[in-house]
Amino acid sequence: MDLDSLRAIIASHHQDRTRLVQILRDVVAEEGYVSPPTVTRVAELLGLPRGQVEGVAGFYSFLGTEPRGRYRVLFSDDIIDELKDSRALVRRMLDSFRVELGEVSRDGLVSIELTSCTGLCDQGPALLVNGFAIPRLTPERIGAITALIRGGSPVSSWPTNLFTIHSHIHRRDLLLATPFAAGDGVRAAQARGAEGTRAEITRSGLRGRGGAGFSTGIKWSACAATPGPTRFVVCNADEGEPGTFKDRELLAHHADLVLDGMTVAAMAVGAQRGFLYLRGEYPFLVEPLLANLTARRAAGLLGPAIGVDLELHLGAGAYVCGEESALIESLEGKRGIPRKRVPYPVTHGYLQQPTLVNNVETLAAAALIAVHGGDWFRAVGTERSTGTKLLSVSGDVERPGVYELPHGVSVRRVLEEAGARDTQAVQVGGPSGTLLAANELDRRIAYEDVPSAGAIMVFDRSRDILGVVANFARFFAHESCGFCTPCRVGTTLQSQLMGRIAAGKASRKDVKDLVRLTRTVKLASHCGLGTTATNPVRDLLEKFRPAIDDRIGPLEARPAFDLDEALAPAREVTARDDEGAHFRERP
Amino acid sequence: MPTFTLDDHEISFEPGQTVLEAALAAGTYIPTLCSHRDYEPHGSCRVCTVKVNGRPAASCTTPAHEGDHVESATPELKEMRRELVQFLFTEGNHFCPSCEKSGDCTLQAVGYELGVTNGEYNPLFPTRRVDASHPDVLLDLNRCILCELCVRASARVDGKHVFALSGRGITKHLVVSAESGRLGDTTLTKDDRAVDVCPVGAILRKRRGFAVPIGERTYDAQPISKRVLEDER
Repeated sequence: MDLDSLRAIIASHHQDRTRLVQILRDVVAEEGYVSPPTVTRVAELLGLPRGQVEGVAGFYSFLGTEPRGRYRVLFSDDIIDELKDSRALVRRMLDSFRVELGEVSRDGLVSIELTSCTGLCDQGPALLVNGFAIPRLTPERIGAITALIRGGSPVSSWPTNLFTIHSHIHRRDLLLATPFAAGDGVRAAQARGAEGTRAEITRSGLRGRGGAGFSTGIKWSACAATPGPTRFVVCNADEGEPGTFKDRELLAHHADLVLDGMTVAAMAVGAQRGFLYLRGEYPFLVEPLLANLTARRAAGLLGPAIGVDLELHLGAGAYVCGEESALIESLEGKRGIPRKRVPYPVTHGYLQQPTLVNNVETLAAAALIAVHGGDWFRAVGTERSTGTKLLSVSGDVERPGVYELPHGVSVRRVLEEAGARDTQAVQVGGPSGTLLAANELDRRIAYEDVPSAGAIMVFDRSRDILGVVANFARFFAHESCGFCTPCRVGTTLQSQLMGRIAAGKASRKDVKDLVRLTRTVKLASHCGLGTTATNPVRDLLEKFRPAIDDRIGPLEARPAFDLDEALAPAREVTARDDEGAHFRERP
Repeated sequence: MPTFTLDDHEISFEPGQTVLEAALAAGTYIPTLCSHRDYEPHGSCRVCTVKVNGRPAASCTTPAHEGDHVESATPELKEMRRELVQFLFTEGNHFCPSCEKSGDCTLQAVGYELGVTNGEYNPLFPTRRVDASHPDVLLDLNRCILCELCVRASARVDGKHVFALSGRGITKHLVVSAESGRLGDTTLTKDDRAVDVCPVGAILRKRRGFAVPIGERTYDAQPISKRVLEDER
């Protein structure tokens, strides 16, 4: 990339080092990747150590330090898409361009890879091409995309119907059915004052919707009580949990609720600046959100009149950045490595200042609580789980989409709403949550029972539950940040062992190894990603043990390598593929 | 002085000390790989994980508190530590008999200390680089355990930022600050602190390999637990 273009990019980000991830996103949009000379120049222009720039470029999936095709295609590898045969679509495109996964085609035109869930499980299979999301893939659509890539025109000029994201909100309650206009929350918060607003949030019993369920009132009060020259509010819109897409719907169709909520939060804790950290998979939300922010400034809902301003910050493909301290590191232009717990972000957050990080849905609820009060909110739900929950339902159901239901609702009721039949298992809260068997459907979505950040993935009896869990294990291995030993190595070993088990190539020793390693990963990991990364395997071992035992067979141990696979190079050079060229295990 | 209990022993500590520092000062060994008294701890290897009032925590980053109940030498935590060392042997390419760091290597010594006799898992056998481009220093990434001590030493003591980490998850790797990716093109010199801080055989001084014969090296003479506690005194 030439120096002038690079200078222009860096100038557009005000030479600000904390915007390194944004700067590198712009570099990749032009150059396709971050080349070694570009790393050097970015480092020089920003006055950063070269290694820091290379480290950041190498950390995020959507950046990268290796050359990519002029068209970079990333297929979503989530389980829901996999069950809709996304792998056949991937194969089709690979064959069409005569490349393998991760390779760049010889003419440099295209490279095809897998990525984690792109937040479109209600309308998958899905892919991203040069950052643009394309849902509802079929062989026909793959054919059209392949032709467009061959045609060589920029993705921004492709037919717009390819990129249309459908909205699927099937049930509305407290959050989605209560009338709300831009500024309602801000005006209510002005009338109540900072302390009065915080009191209503506390009274409402609202708890963090990102999954951990920490009391929002306590968090806001702790942030407000921490002295600092300045404070920050961050909206965590990095919903990376496979199977989740409710924040996408909130930001697409109820953005005023969220932006009002951010402003209310800033006013209530005394913050002047707020960031909306949007996951990089949602580029289609960028323009509408920027337009909304501009309109708010014009209407006096942001800016000097209020003493609060908000800005958009894009992620670059890293699930771990949903962890609040990793998100802050990313906002500061660093690798998304979770910080040590204590101090917490409410006292030492963005730039070491008191920082409030809340989930999109939490802030949307806060805007309405500012208007209607805490009692209005806590009238719905259960005692310890007040209000409603937005659930992203996908998988083997007739009507995938978002359902807003009161906390305390049974899983069975959710399945009835969405039209599930012959259910074998339900993954509540995404891979890091809880795998429920068919006899547990009366359990309730609530912090008292099965907490959930919102993903409900449904699997009927035709599905291979071992394959499902192998997909989850692959996800965690792909998304481990690599900071600590147990998560970095353990998630990879877990994925290998789970893959062997699902493929029927494992032994009893493999299962023993899996049991032992999950204990270590859970006990020793640095952050929540590692401590939850073994949940699906733990639940599988506990609830679906017969399925594992049936698959592994009687052998105590097996060779570490696949004997048949080891013969593959010999088959290739001899151009043989007959029975005698394969190793078959004797029954 | 305030105190806490460590495996049923009362341990006194100075305010500001971590659980690890207090334990070592009191003569109780807790194994570590990524911590070093000269650098701020970050808790990445997790080998020093203990349970503080029932909750797992890295002892190197956890401040000691009056009245805490800390478990360290329990069967559960010992197994976890063995397993973490096995993870590291599985992850990299570690061949002690042919490694010139053998006998001076912290990973090997902690492995012996914890009774690790094999890697247990199928080795990942990653393809990693050996960089001999520097006149005085050899970089062999096959043995790197990603403890970041060289990163910290180069940044904070040498003021050079020669080393950094890139990649993510199992592909995380050490990089050097040169467009060519070669150590010889960095500003590293043989007097840098970063050269000697490596606990394994990833960063080695050239032409020193067998100056001390095997059998007479640091951990040949005594196990690492004794050595660490002696250094503490």
